[in-house]
Amino acid sequence: MAEAKSSPASEPTRRDMLFLATGAMGAAGVVALAVPFVRTLAPNAQTIAAGAPIEVDLTPIPEGQGIKLFWRGKLIFVRSRTKAEIEEAQKVNLASLPDPQADSARVKPGKENWLVIYGSCTHLGCIPGGSAAGEVRGDYNGWFCPCHGSHYDTSGRIRKGPAPANLPVPPYAFLSDTKIRIG
Amino acid sequence: MSGPSSYVPKLGIAKWLDARLPLPRLMYDSFVAYPVPRNLNYFWTFGGILMLMLVSQILTGVILAMHYTPHATLAFTSVEGIMRDVEYGWLMRYMHANGASMFFIAVYIHIFRGLYYGSYKAPREVLWILGVIIFLLMMATAFMGYVLPWGQMSFWGATVITNLFSAFPIVGETIVTFLWGGYSVDNPTLTRFFSLHFLLPFMIFGVVILHVWALHVTGQNNPTGVEVKAVAKDTIPFTPYATIKDAFALVLFFAFFAYFLFFIPNYLGHADNYIPANPAVTPAHIVPEWYFLPFYAILRAVPDKLGGVLLMFAAIAVLVVLPWLDTSKVRSMSYRPLARQCFWAFAVTCVMLGWLGSRPAEGIYVTLSQLFTALYFAYFLIALPLLGLFETPKKLPGSIAESVLGKMKGGSGAVVGAAAPAEPNTKG
Ligand code: HEM
Ligand code: FES
Repeated sequence: MAEAKSSPASEPTRRDMLFLATGAMGAAGVVALAVPFVRTLAPNAQTIAAGAPIEVDLTPIPEGQGIKLFWRGKLIFVRSRTKAEIEEAQKVNLASLPDPQADSARVKPGKENWLVIYGSCTHLGCIPGGSAAGEVRGDYNGWFCPCHGSHYDTSGRIRKGPAPANLPVPPYAFLSDTKIRIG
Repeated sequence: MSGPSSYVPKLGIAKWLDARLPLPRLMYDSFVAYPVPRNLNYFWTFGGILMLMLVSQILTGVILAMHYTPHATLAFTSVEGIMRDVEYGWLMRYMHANGASMFFIAVYIHIFRGLYYGSYKAPREVLWILGVIIFLLMMATAFMGYVLPWGQMSFWGATVITNLFSAFPIVGETIVTFLWGGYSVDNPTLTRFFSLHFLLPFMIFGVVILHVWALHVTGQNNPTGVEVKAVAKDTIPFTPYATIKDAFALVLFFAFFAYFLFFIPNYLGHADNYIPANPAVTPAHIVPEWYFLPFYAILRAVPDKLGGVLLMFAAIAVLVVLPWLDTSKVRSMSYRPLARQCFWAFAVTCVMLGWLGSRPAEGIYVTLSQLFTALYFAYFLIALPLLGLFETPKKLPGSIAESVLGKMKGGSGAVVGAAAPAEPNTKG
């Protein structure tokens, strides 16, 4: 460096060139290595494979009650809704909802009595109660999350409390009238 | 670590080593000859206590790790095995679990000491910020440690806290998936938390060394907040004066620790954590460990998810910029009549937030949380910036020696004893 300064034209020296080339190579290497290091934290092949679709038999679920099951490590609620519950879900004024979504967009046509939703509160992930008869169902007759007080309605939509969004609907399809496949 | 060294090696081997790796010199200058202000009170003993707590956590932690199995199906049983089958395993685990609480008690006292005596002000800003970094690392370590026994509170605490990151728009979900290594808190989460829980205390150790280094460059603050002017009069050598005071406080602190350890080892924990993790059932009342409660209250005070998360992080971030928020030149609250009242109001605010964090988030508790959250920030963002401009401080003593010995100009016997060894140092 001292040499470079003393030369009047201060032309780039070979050392400057080496410095830039080495620096660029080193930086590229660090970035290239950072990617695999971070990628190791992603869900591994086994975890992803465990997310293969599952089939669920609906016959044992009595009307007005629900079951809980796991898919991809996440809890899913399947609820058999009563007539009154379906009506309640359908007649809500959408504009009054924190996360507006029609009940028809959350169930399959002709199968309005079956509600299939993820069971982790969209606030911070606790499990709202209300699936089994006898559990606290909250102000809107659906589910109630005890952690910070979120109330969900009979369509699993957020109505009151800190949760920002409705309980999402997982991908699923009816294989027959009494059987669904999730995934 | 600064100033001319007064170490004179006597033995041949000591001279030999001193010319090659002057480690004994470093130790001598840092912990024997090092000049400390002569008026330090017992609040200054917590730094030493914290160091010992870190050592205690590392020792018990390394033993626990020998018997612990980091796997979702085995972790809970292995911790029960530590409690029942490993000789003195119960002692190691209770020392570790209660040790974490003691660590936080000590660090909170240490932090409030700094807030009261203005230890964060120039020239100690870097020292203070290193302390905030240690505090953050401690919180991360304790959080991940609490997940390891894989009980109900472990599992749901991990779920709630990792989900905080989902509040960030766009990248939130990806961050959470990468934290979990899956689609929910599960075995991959447990194994990475174990690895990090093992690593972080050693990073804390590294930052503690920087913290002490910075301390020894600027010297210690003291209850008057007046800088050391004449080393000979204002300071006494670390050994024996500070050594014995620190040791005495340490023994008292460990007696307090022992009371929890042997009489109420589960008092600070939650019964729910003795139930194995169950991803299908959330306990009715989720509360974090006591040392996180004030921050948890701030999180829940805001009805908006992202807002709550940001405010909680801001509650810690504000500590980083504190040296530039407080506009007063006077360090010690003892000489700031108004700021001192605000300080105590702030202390009460923190206790109230802690209490509110343990209550369910409903009704009056939410309103109160909002009130005290506002007060928490008001202390840093309104009280301290403005008071420095308006408040008339009390008259400061001319020097540390004067505050201790009155205006006698250092005629007492203690000064004679202290002056000699501290003489060669020009600056603390
Ligand atoms: C900053 C220091 C540390 C803190 C604050 C801390 C905190 C904690 C906490 C709160 C727990 C949960 C205790 C329970 O409820 O059972 C825990 C567990 C554990 N920690 Fe640490 N820890 C620290 C250092 C270490 C180190 C250095 C190691 C290993 C080298 C370690 C290994 C373990 C293990 C294996 C467990 C699970 C066993 C158990 O639950 O008792 N810890 N830690
Ligand atoms: S996690 Fe359900 S309300 Fe917070």
